[in-house]
Amino acid sequence: MSELLRLEGLRVGYTSGTGTVTEAVRGLDLRVNRGEVVALVGESGSGKSSSAHAAGGLLSPSARVTGGRILFAGQDVTHWPERAWRSLRGAEIGFVPQDPGVSLNPVRRVGSQVADALLPHGHATRRTVRARVEAVLEQAGLPDPRDCARRYPHELSGGMRQRVLIGIALACVPRLLIADEPTSALDVTVQRRILDHLGRLTAAEGTAVLLITHDLGVAADRADRIVVMRDGRAVEEGPTRSILDSPRDPYTRRLLDAVPTLGAPPLITSVPVADAPGKDGAAPLLELRSVTKEFRRGSGVTTAVRGVDLVVPRGRTVGLVGESGSGKSTIARMALRLTAPTSGRVLFDGIDLTGLSRRELRPLRRRFQPVYQNPFSSLDPRLSVGEIIGEPLDAFGEGDRAARRRRAAELLDQVALPAETIDRRPAELSGGQRQRVAIARALALRPELIVLDEPVSALDVSVQDQILRLLVDLQAELGLSYLFISHDLAVIRQVAHEVVILRAGTVVESGPAAEIYDNPRHEYTKEFLMAIPGHAPARAQAEAGG
Amino acid sequence: MSVPVVKAPDAVRPARPRRLRYGVRWTLRRPGLVLSVLFLVWVLLWAAVPGLFATHDPLVGVPADKLLPPGPGHWFGTDHLGRDLFSRTVHGASLSLGATALAVFVGFVAGSVLGLFSGFVGGWSDEVVMRCVDVMMSIPGLLLSLAVVTVLGFGTLNVAVAVGIAAVAGFARVMRADVLRTCTEVFVEAAESLGVSRRRTLVRHVLPHSIGSVLVLAALEFGTAILAVSSLSFLGFGAAPPTPEWGSLVSEGRNYLVSAWWLTTLPGLVIVLTMLATNRVARALDAGRGEDR
Amino acid sequence: MTGYLLRRVAQGVFVLWAAFTASFVILYLLPSDPVEIMLASTGSMGEMDPAAVAELRAEHHVDDPFYVQYGIALGRFVQGDLGTSIPQRLPVTELIGRAFPETLRLAALAFVLALALGGGVALLSGFLRGGRLRRLLLSLPPLLVSVPSFWAGLLLLQVFSFRLGWFPALGNQGFGSLVLPAVTLALPTAAVIAQVLTKSLMLTWREPFVVTATAKGASRPRILFVDVLRHASLPGFTIVGMTIGNLLAGAIVVETVFSRLGVGRLVEQAVAAQDIPMIQGLVVLSALVFVVVNTGADLLYPLIDPRIRPSRAVKA
Repeated sequence: MSELLRLEGLRVGYTSGTGTVTEAVRGLDLRVNRGEVVALVGESGSGKSSSAHAAGGLLSPSARVTGGRILFAGQDVTHWPERAWRSLRGAEIGFVPQDPGVSLNPVRRVGSQVADALLPHGHATRRTVRARVEAVLEQAGLPDPRDCARRYPHELSGGMRQRVLIGIALACVPRLLIADEPTSALDVTVQRRILDHLGRLTAAEGTAVLLITHDLGVAADRADRIVVMRDGRAVEEGPTRSILDSPRDPYTRRLLDAVPTLGAPPLITSVPVADAPGKDGAAPLLELRSVTKEFRRGSGVTTAVRGVDLVVPRGRTVGLVGESGSGKSTIARMALRLTAPTSGRVLFDGIDLTGLSRRELRPLRRRFQPVYQNPFSSLDPRLSVGEIIGEPLDAFGEGDRAARRRRAAELLDQVALPAETIDRRPAELSGGQRQRVAIARALALRPELIVLDEPVSALDVSVQDQILRLLVDLQAELGLSYLFISHDLAVIRQVAHEVVILRAGTVVESGPAAEIYDNPRHEYTKEFLMAIPGHAPARAQAEAGG
Repeated sequence: MSVPVVKAPDAVRPARPRRLRYGVRWTLRRPGLVLSVLFLVWVLLWAAVPGLFATHDPLVGVPADKLLPPGPGHWFGTDHLGRDLFSRTVHGASLSLGATALAVFVGFVAGSVLGLFSGFVGGWSDEVVMRCVDVMMSIPGLLLSLAVVTVLGFGTLNVAVAVGIAAVAGFARVMRADVLRTCTEVFVEAAESLGVSRRRTLVRHVLPHSIGSVLVLAALEFGTAILAVSSLSFLGFGAAPPTPEWGSLVSEGRNYLVSAWWLTTLPGLVIVLTMLATNRVARALDAGRGEDR
Repeated sequence: MTGYLLRRVAQGVFVLWAAFTASFVILYLLPSDPVEIMLASTGSMGEMDPAAVAELRAEHHVDDPFYVQYGIALGRFVQGDLGTSIPQRLPVTELIGRAFPETLRLAALAFVLALALGGGVALLSGFLRGGRLRRLLLSLPPLLVSVPSFWAGLLLLQVFSFRLGWFPALGNQGFGSLVLPAVTLALPTAAVIAQVLTKSLMLTWREPFVVTATAKGASRPRILFVDVLRHASLPGFTIVGMTIGNLLAGAIVVETVFSRLGVGRLVEQAVAAQDIPMIQGLVVLSALVFVVVNTGADLLYPLIDPRIRPSRAVKA
């Protein structure tokens, strides 16, 4: 196979406002052959996105290639002028951006944005452009291309917008397609359909693909070759199978271990901890009885949650899984009684919370505490870690300043953070550390229940794994109950005793974890399980090769 | 293979000692900002101790020296009564800047309290306050100030209050927007679910995060207020004639536009420089806030 | 669409009513007696005999309870009567009607100049990627904002009327007399337009859809005019009402500096004479202008930004 793209010792630097240059890519070597699918895998900050932008000549004004060479089809294009790059972009190199929500111009019709890809490269004339646009959209898998061309981006769903962007990228049949996390903003079921479609289109035309992803599962499913990137360099490179089966680099091994796949054994022990202490007769800790939540929007009413029953027993973890828009966060807010259900009841330890006022709820709040998805926003950036952890104690008037600080130090130790963290501010910590602080804060009042709303989805996989282990250890140690909310079936598999599958505000299926995973009854659950990346590595390989 | 739970998975960034050095370098890179601050300090000193800077008596002139152009004896020249223009400008600083500060203070306090109340309480009272703000916003500030001056009567104090009243709506709106934004932050909701009371949440989380942009607005409003105060005084609604005020100094020179250019140009130049300097500082504060986030 | 239109008109009527009421309350309820002000301003306090004063009080309903006064005034307002100017003894609406076209001409020319100047600066600085020229352009708006228009006007007068003699110094005669006032009035507005548009252009260039457009192989000018400019002009719609209002307020100073007849001059004279009905009329007028301009902008907005049109969502 002949070579199409080669990066030789590529370095990319960003100039900040103060004039200092930080290098995001530090000597990357990479090769993409004609018709080949290469996945560039790395965690956030590894420089994978900068490399992709550099290869497409799409670096932002603050970034510059500071060293190395970019060769496309044998020509050194590293320092090509703007005008020369224009002849490559779109025509020879297609680009699929990360977030379809913001990557189309909101004030222009979809059709004219597709036409912009065709006209400059002579792939259509003024007379033929309309038909060509419709053909491109049809090929991208949009149901009614004529109608779609007349619409504005906000009138299409996220998946449809990404199809439009794929259509634009492939409109001139480029030799190379650079896809920068093309589906990370989409739900897994949509993600799979789109990646399948992309795979078929590029395979049919023999287009080479440079696929940028943080998800080893996606890479395993789609790529012929995998390049693992860390701190701006490639740490390992090789055919997909050999990377998966016999990784040489320790970092690759860590990444592989940390990927929550369905094959990995659950972290929890099969016999739940607090099953024994004779509480069989007592009420479950948290109970939602056919709760419904409606939102009034203008003149219409949307139902976010419809008649959901959910029980969290003591000492157990209930995993609530659903795609975005399924109503799982609304359920979390109702479980914490931050919002009242439109109908139905919320009971905590047998006490009906539904009708309680803010004032009446407050004393009960110490018994159930939250951990939020994004530790960047759930911690007040102005307070120190000690103040943040001490806040619930302070709110309930527990102990004096010194006692609160002692307790904060104790909690930091419990969540495995170094003692000096206590005087830091959230901005000085990494994402994983911040989430540990959030967990410590939730533990401060020794609650019985913690509601975890997507606690690991904002974190890199290796950090994700550490936090999940911490949660499981804490449960065993303190006898906590968790309501664990996630969009990721593989994550839930690792921590939950019981699973509830949510779709469009209603419960599709629920039961003990093992039963749901080994023996799903509902069609949606089956589709959901199938869509998890890394689930069927053989499938995409066959497609890409054929 | 399992990954051991490592203590402190990534290094904790050291931040504090670097901050000071960074701050010094940041400032040195901006000579305009340094000059602005120095100029403001100088002008504020005029206002505080005019006697130290003025070279002549601001009110008593020497008729023989009337309408002298700027020179070593009279830096800004003299007016039609032979009074030293530079001394009059120095003495005008205290009234002009004092009125400006009072105006900003009135607008800031009244506006922030209204906005905080409106945004945090919400509901019906928010609706009422915001409709009032809308109406105030529909009338240009200068006209609103003039209407208030009509009722209160002329004079520097009344001009200051009138300019302040015209600024209330802007402060209220910015404060309210920030309070609403802060209230949607996850950490505010987190505070509620942790069991923190409403009042504590307001004081500890909402207020510190909302006050920043009103403070920046206050700095920006300082420039606007200098302009408004001096415009009103130019139109003749400020201090009564012999007392020097920046706007009225320019106005007095209007009759000698052809023969004595300095009478309008130089006091006006001081107003322009003061506004430039305050705006530069305000923009630096604004940008500093942006970097902080 | 009709519902949207009706709602906008109702809001406009509310603002007008509120401006009228607020100015009535402030101007009539504060501890000042309009008749006294009236007499003081005509300098006839001592000479008027008590009977005439009483007659005047009755005519202006000064001694009636507040709600009666308000009811009478509102009734007249609805019929388009804003009362009589005290010193000039002519209906307020007539005086405003006479002066308004002059100010309108001035403000219109100033607006066009401001748009051309401000837009030009923003576009040029947005197109240049760096360099000294760009820095110079970017430093212009903050400078212009800091120049009081009375001072700018006087400088222009000195240079272009007295030194060079290109334009007449005073009055309303012909287009020549309009140029300097319009430039004076346009400068601060141009600065505001330039600042808003520059910032918006800068933010829009960073939008991910610009990367998409670049990846299609489009040239930089094409991206600027096809993709960026329309998106970047959106914030302009939110400030157009304020901008026009500031032009009217600026006219107060500019017309005084250039001794032009117009609404701004009326304001200055009315404040000097404490002519309360006139002031109220002018406040209501500015609210009316604001309402008309903003309603117009709101009606145009959906043509530029499709996102706020009633959307037709589709299923995947």
